Amino acid sequence: MMKDIYLDHAATTYTDRRVLKEMLPYFNEIYGNPSSLHETGRKAAKAVATARAQVAAAINAKPEEIYFTAGGTESDNWALRIALAGKDKKDCHIITSAIEHHAILHACQQLEKEGCAVTYLPVDEYGRVSVDSVSQALKPNTVLVSIMAANNEIGTLEPIREIGAILKDKPTLFHTDAVQAMGAVPVNVEDWGVDMLSMSAHKFYGPKGVGALYVRKGIKIVSFIHGGAQERRHRAGTENVPGIVGMGKAIELAQESLSEESARLTTLRDKLINGIIERIPEIRLDGHPTERLPNNVHFCFKYIEGEALLLSLDAEGIRASSGSACTSGALDPSHVLLALGLDHGTAHGSLRITLGHVTTEDDIDYVLDTLPGIVERLRMMSPLFNQQEGGKTLV
Amino acid sequence: MYSDKVMDHFRNPRNVGEIPDANGIGQVGNEKCGDIMKIYLKIEDDMIKDVKFKTFGCGAAIASSSMATELIKGKSVEEALKLTNKAVMEALEGLPPVKIHCSVLAEEAIKAAIDDYHQRAGQ
Repeated sequence: MMKDIYLDHAATTYTDRRVLKEMLPYFNEIYGNPSSLHETGRKAAKAVATARAQVAAAINAKPEEIYFTAGGTESDNWALRIALAGKDKKDCHIITSAIEHHAILHACQQLEKEGCAVTYLPVDEYGRVSVDSVSQALKPNTVLVSIMAANNEIGTLEPIREIGAILKDKPTLFHTDAVQAMGAVPVNVEDWGVDMLSMSAHKFYGPKGVGALYVRKGIKIVSFIHGGAQERRHRAGTENVPGIVGMGKAIELAQESLSEESARLTTLRDKLINGIIERIPEIRLDGHPTERLPNNVHFCFKYIEGEALLLSLDAEGIRASSGSACTSGALDPSHVLLALGLDHGTAHGSLRITLGHVTTEDDIDYVLDTLPGIVERLRMMSPLFNQQEGGKTLV
Repeated sequence: MYSDKVMDHFRNPRNVGEIPDANGIGQVGNEKCGDIMKIYLKIEDDMIKDVKFKTFGCGAAIASSSMATELIKGKSVEEALKLTNKAVMEALEGLPPVKIHCSVLAEEAIKAAIDDYHQRAGQ
């Protein structure tokens, strides 16, 4: 039988059947509008309240600090706007990192056009932001530091708690994009010292199109989407009740299995990383060797291009991802890989494999059996690969 | 996103390799942009007796190289010079807009190899 091994869980996860089961009644049985005063509406409102409590409990927050959104991108954009609330943008400074998700980077670039000053902190070769660099970049008018909890491409975990500690007694707000971290590592807003945190349900076996923003109590919130009085007048639009219910259930399930599942995935991850290193020469492990998401494997393979690698794996039933330019339709390879200091050629040969609940040791063995032949075949086709030298030197 | 023809030429590329006694070699593209094509020609009596390629690049780049070599194999140099990226694209049953440059690169690689042949021949 043709293999079909999904190893792109950082892109999205399937909706867990227990989550789906929880959601289904909210489409056609308990379909009321939570804003309606009647019983049908009240039932829906109750479900939203339950989900809010579930999300809050998962990150050690209070329910009234959770605002549902349409996903991670909206949460990130909103967090930036909240940090600027009531301030003159031309006198505001934001600190972020060079490897943030585009939901932060492109939104920051937009704010620059509107007059804000933005510092994009560099990262080390493993993709880590230095805590000292945050301290050094702070200015009296720094309104926000936004650093992701875990990078979506290379899986590196950022020193969020340490950054939180240095910002603790400062007026500067601290936001983290925890879209990849949620459900993968423990997330605790008190322990981390964050003021705002973004998450997205479809990264932890919940549905697409729903996310949340945590905003610490006491912070002045400006609306990003204007209209009705939903989300305590801060986020207009009829609630995505089935999605919100699904997010609540998904986050609860993720919490229950977190320590066991992250240990299992870490073992599989390291087997895959070590197996690839043993089998294939001239590669680079991207991201931190240990301070990384339990499900993330990311390599650059010299002399070959990532999209060709991805399509070849796909033909063998392995669904992975690449940060090469060709996969994004852009001219440059991923900004994350370039921020690590990689040259364009190396960055073009990137491959991301992200494991999930359904991943087994057999799947890892199959990748380890399949990948070396594909890399070899593409290298034999590449004018950059010097066969006479046994592929040991660059042409 | 890719046509069946592109996938066929990507997965089973024709004419991959080098020609040890090639008399026309052309290389275009660069590592920075993620595509390099190298074409080897063996030309006798103004006819393309053999053609091989090596490509660093995405699926469309490999498929374009493969198709371009197929289209000029056995043709006269004059005919080969008339190869356009459009012809490569048509033979591949289309390419996504962001991949059109791959077919352009294939046309350029063939022309560069023929240029090299002419220079070697002192023309």
